[in-house]
Amino acid sequence: MATHHANAVLPDEPEKATLEGKNKLLGFWLFLGGETVLFGSLFATFIALRDQANGGPTSQELFDMPLVAAATLLLLTSSMTAVMATLALHKKNLKQIQVWLTITVILGLGFLGLEIYEFMHYVHEGHKISTSAFGSSFYTLVGFHGGHVAFGILWIILLQVSATKKGLTVVTAPKFYLASLYWHFIDVVWVFIFTVVYLMGMIGGKVG
Amino acid sequence: MSAHASHAPKRSGLWDWLTTVDHKKIAILYLIAGGIFFLAGGFEALLIRLQLMYPESSVVGAKTFNELITMHGTTMIFLAAMPIIFALMNAVVPLQIGARDVAFPFVNSLGFWLFFFGGVLLNTSWFLGGAPDAGWTSYTTLALNQFSGHGVDFYVLGLQIAGIGTLIGGINFLVTIINMRAPGMTFMRMPMFTWSAFVTSGLILFAFPAITVGLVLLMFDRLFGGNFFNPDAGGNVVIWEHLFWIFGHPEVYILILPAFGVISEVISTFARKRLFGYSSMVFATALIGFLGFMVWAHHMFTTGLGAIANTLFGLATMLIAVPTGIKIFNWLLTMWGGQIRFTSANLWAVGFIPTFTIGGMTGVMLAIPPADYQYHDSYFVVAHFHYVIVGGLIFGLFAGLHYWWPKMFGKMLNETLGKWNFWTFFIGFHLTFFPQHFLGLMGMPRRVFTYLKDQNLDFGNFISTIGAFGMTIGTILFVVNIIVTANSSKRAPADPWDGRTLEWSIPSPPPEYNFAQTPLVRGLDAFWIEKVAGNKGMTPAEPLGDIHMPSPSFLPFMMSVGLFIAGYGFMYHNYVVVVIGLLVTFACMFLRSVNDDPGYHIHEDEIEEVKA
Repeated sequence: MATHHANAVLPDEPEKATLEGKNKLLGFWLFLGGETVLFGSLFATFIALRDQANGGPTSQELFDMPLVAAATLLLLTSSMTAVMATLALHKKNLKQIQVWLTITVILGLGFLGLEIYEFMHYVHEGHKISTSAFGSSFYTLVGFHGGHVAFGILWIILLQVSATKKGLTVVTAPKFYLASLYWHFIDVVWVFIFTVVYLMGMIGGKVG
Repeated sequence: MSAHASHAPKRSGLWDWLTTVDHKKIAILYLIAGGIFFLAGGFEALLIRLQLMYPESSVVGAKTFNELITMHGTTMIFLAAMPIIFALMNAVVPLQIGARDVAFPFVNSLGFWLFFFGGVLLNTSWFLGGAPDAGWTSYTTLALNQFSGHGVDFYVLGLQIAGIGTLIGGINFLVTIINMRAPGMTFMRMPMFTWSAFVTSGLILFAFPAITVGLVLLMFDRLFGGNFFNPDAGGNVVIWEHLFWIFGHPEVYILILPAFGVISEVISTFARKRLFGYSSMVFATALIGFLGFMVWAHHMFTTGLGAIANTLFGLATMLIAVPTGIKIFNWLLTMWGGQIRFTSANLWAVGFIPTFTIGGMTGVMLAIPPADYQYHDSYFVVAHFHYVIVGGLIFGLFAGLHYWWPKMFGKMLNETLGKWNFWTFFIGFHLTFFPQHFLGLMGMPRRVFTYLKDQNLDFGNFISTIGAFGMTIGTILFVVNIIVTANSSKRAPADPWDGRTLEWSIPSPPPEYNFAQTPLVRGLDAFWIEKVAGNKGMTPAEPLGDIHMPSPSFLPFMMSVGLFIAGYGFMYHNYVVVVIGLLVTFACMFLRSVNDDPGYHIHEDEIEEVKA
């Protein structure tokens, strides 16, 4: 068994065992710092423009709690399963990693499906990117997040497929770790979107 | 997996340059590409000055003038200054910290190609219906479809592609400097240039995403009917100003801090003294970097943010003069009592000090909000920022290029030509920009293609244009110097300036692996310490052994080509082209992630051969 063999040679915390791994970890944390500025700018733009509905539908008319709550539940759970994958990584158990990541991907796909449905529904209601400044900033912020989710799903699937051949090594371990880190990051961003876009959009009334 | 190739893959000529991941070669690529864009931006500047040489002249006309000022600013900042800074950082930083390469050699190459293709995309606008014409700041609503041409689409997409390259380059240097310093090189023993590269990279990391967002929003407005900046549909144009300057002000420090780093190295080497106040220099650098993020709204005093906001941003701006002043005095005190050698490199460094100081003083003047209402959008501002960016950054880059040329290319630049180059450029520079302060105070607006006769603007503008010829001659002399140097057969020694830092302890140009053995660092000015102690070279920190190197790769080039193609697809609303371009990029990303690069080894005996 490849996993048994790997168990024998893999050091503890295999993601940080090599300089290359350490570089990747640090570089990725820094990248997430840059991503924070990116999403921060998008949030600021959204907050400035969220009441500018230009005669089109407003957030109070559009947003629907059960749908958003379901999407949030799926994504938050997927963050937990990604943690489980990292725990499995520290146990050096490739099979467990694969199982947890598969669940993560399925939950992520569920989230993405709901978001696509949501967007199509809104467009149907006359809420388009060109309807109003609110529409532009909503689709840009939430869509950027959705794009990150889609990229994360593709990334994790690719990683899973190539890991079946390569096994768990000091080369693949950092990749698993980073994919999981990335997934948490998108989850944290969603928590802010849930609060700033949806909750404040539903109950806030006219602010500022 | 451990089946490493035992020899360097043989590559030569153009193919070698297209696939290289060696930081020293990437430095040269950045220098060549940045240098060509510098000449283009300079040519644009000369045309601007020719148009303004006489009142009511029609050398280029209003439309072309708008395109020229936009492209001059954009090209010089994004496609000339930044890449040449990256050239120096790539050439020097790994050597100064005793590393064999940067942390991510593949990403390094990708960063270069993204910048290159972004820049090419932007400049093809000249031949495809007109260059961007909304100013280098691309203010909305002027930059929206109703008021500006197709060129702004090139601006939006070209800068996005180039910006990704800069961002990943910045991350690369941060990781390199944090993780890959030689044993004994603590942060407080790092050479000043490496420190400035470190802080600059941090600024890039936190500033560039803001302009990426701004450009994306502008792209959505221009190409997909978004309403971010369309007041009729609830949009808000001030958002663009904020996003642009949240990036744009730190960008000023991204540009000037590396120049500070160069000046610190050059002055201490040619005064034969340790840099005065090293630790205060480090803290001043970090503080300038931090404050650089706090002052963006000083570009927006006249936007109408209100007195309180203007006051706070004015005060924060003036605060930056404190660490900058610390630096100026430390340079002066480094020279004080030193055995100064006025080489070309040092001439640029010494010329930098008063010139940059003038730019800093006018900066304090501009930081006073009520006064700024007078200076705003006048030639005074043009004079100010050219004193900072040309008199600061470009002088610093010339100093750095003269100083490190032997290390980069293994040949010494001609000193006589270098001095002619300095004096023509230096005099030409002051002749060009000093009168512009007064032109501004007398009411000449920036960005306007002409002025009327007999308004006391004729003489100043004439002198200014004469000065621009001086700078042109200086630049041509530098190109001549490069050609003369390339054709001379004199080889540069490893340590031509009696240097103090690690890069001078290895041959010029350095071998592929930089250090045969990683050096042991015993203090600030690591190489100088060993020389004073009577040692021939650095004490090694590891035994001689095989050296692992990363493989060259064509993927970064192709990834950038993919985005280049997709960029045209977006601009011309041809989504087949977009998909093809993105597929090329994604296919390359796929290949990169499934094929782990095992690299290759340079064997111990081959290293010995080079040493002997």
